[in-house]
Amino acid sequence: MPYGILPYSMKRLLLIALVLAFYVLHQDWWLWRTTTPLGLGFLPVGLFYHAVYTLGCAALMGLLVWLAWPKELERATLDEESASK
Amino acid sequence: MITTLFVALYLITVLYIGIFAFRGKRGSGAEDFFLAGRSLGGTVFLFSLFGTHMTAFAILGSSGHAFRNGIVTYGLMASSSAIIVPVLLLFVGTKMWALGKQYGFMTPVQIFRDRWECGHIGTLIFVLQAVLLVPYIIIGVKGGGTTLQAISGGVVPFWLGGFVVALVVMSYVFFGGMRGTAWVNVFQTVLFLTFGTVAVTVIGAGMGGFEAAIQKMMAAPQTAALLTRERFPELVFLSYTFMPLSAIAFPHISIFCLTAKKMSHFKRTVIFYPLCLLIIWLPCVFLGVLANSVPEIPKDTRDDVLLLLLNQYSPAWLAGILGAGIMAAVMASDSQILALSTMFTEDVFTYYGGKSKFGEKVQVQTGRVFIVLVTAVAYIIALRSPASIFDIASQYAFAGFAALVPLNIAALFWKGSTKWGAFASTVWVALCVVSMAVFQAIVPPAVGPPQPFVTIGEMVLIARTATGTTVLGLLPVVPMTLLSALWMFVVSSLTAKPSASTVARYFTGSMVSRPPT
Repeated sequence: MPYGILPYSMKRLLLIALVLAFYVLHQDWWLWRTTTPLGLGFLPVGLFYHAVYTLGCAALMGLLVWLAWPKELERATLDEESASK
Repeated sequence: MITTLFVALYLITVLYIGIFAFRGKRGSGAEDFFLAGRSLGGTVFLFSLFGTHMTAFAILGSSGHAFRNGIVTYGLMASSSAIIVPVLLLFVGTKMWALGKQYGFMTPVQIFRDRWECGHIGTLIFVLQAVLLVPYIIIGVKGGGTTLQAISGGVVPFWLGGFVVALVVMSYVFFGGMRGTAWVNVFQTVLFLTFGTVAVTVIGAGMGGFEAAIQKMMAAPQTAALLTRERFPELVFLSYTFMPLSAIAFPHISIFCLTAKKMSHFKRTVIFYPLCLLIIWLPCVFLGVLANSVPEIPKDTRDDVLLLLLNQYSPAWLAGILGAGIMAAVMASDSQILALSTMFTEDVFTYYGGKSKFGEKVQVQTGRVFIVLVTAVAYIIALRSPASIFDIASQYAFAGFAALVPLNIAALFWKGSTKWGAFASTVWVALCVVSMAVFQAIVPPAVGPPQPFVTIGEMVLIARTATGTTVLGLLPVVPMTLLSALWMFVVSSLTAKPSASTVARYFTGSMVSRPPT
């Protein structure tokens, strides 16, 4: 299914772009000098943003594991293992 | 007294798990002692790897840094790690695991030697890795001393606290090897992850709710600045995103990547890693910042701010349990000590003929002797080193290892890399670390804003700050890493490649799986 919609090279580029976009989003310079609005009523917005960002990273990792898992590497190791048995 | 008893109980439990538990599963060979026989299951791998990466720095260093610098601490180390570290584990960690499984590698230097067909350059990399790892071990010992001293209300002096922690860690690493260390790490990780939630609840209730404390801080100009990042340079914030690169170059992490039973165990680790970071770092940073609203916390407090909060707001028995949670994070130096021992016995002892001459049993015994020596040296240095936990970690170990990452990436993902490229990168990193240490020893820290040291016209090239050095406004880790990659590229492009058969063995997979044909 991960290969069904987009060609391999396009998907690879999109995933790299997504990781880079996440990296850029880490530099939240627009929230540099403000405390409000308070997240959950008590977390300064700069801290709240990075807490939500961390949750976003977990979701991004889920996507990468789903779409970019190095299957060939795993398959090669499994083949080697079964051959040695 | 009750608190000290809880911590003592915790230390005994750790010793039991490390030395006696899972004894039946142990084999006798080097691979079993140093890598737990490459047999760790998925959950153990996740918790143990996370516990291996987190040190005293995660709880004590982070809250102390947040107390002084405000909310910026979380973005500096936690959320930047949340994106960088799992990506490295997913692509670099899995490839190292597969190579280890296929060819029996036990250390990164073994991979480098094989990949680039080199010998002594590998030894040079070993020496640099070992020198950079020692400060990291010192963090654990210093954290232990600080924690036990604070928990006991000063009854246990710093030197004795550090000694007890060093002795306990050394004992279970010595007897339990990787298997004992991994299970202790699982126990410790569960404890310190629980710690965050409980600490926030108890301290929050003691303070009368967080809203009131935050409003109080917002009302005072001195503390309001800590709730923003207005005092923190944006370029330095950007620089800190280079620090987590160090994770995969740290020998204890890369060696740990070889312990998983299956490659699929990386999946859960990669996804849950950011969540674990959130659970431990958010409470510690938030509480560190909030401590500024508590008049009883002295303004010159450093890494023991969380302990002071616990003493202030929690009953003695609960402070004891939470103190044990802090000890769990503090005692993460076990994996570093074991990694150093693994590197010495594999990269030096075995490589220079020790194993073939004396056998595998002597190799394991040598590793154990090395564990004792490393712990003793780390303890002695910890007693004499005055800088705070955070400063030591970030200035030497993190920057140095981050700048070594081009070696890992080039070895595994660039066919054109050569041993001379690796040599150039390694020498560059070594020179940078030495220069940085000498510069900061000679030039006194700036009081107030950064003091320009080298300028070109209006542009400040190198400046001395209150806690370190900047290059063009960036932390040294940025030019160190970028130029390390450049050296690797330029020198490799100009020198002879390894044999085609060697290169072929490393490039059978790809970063993104190709469609099945």
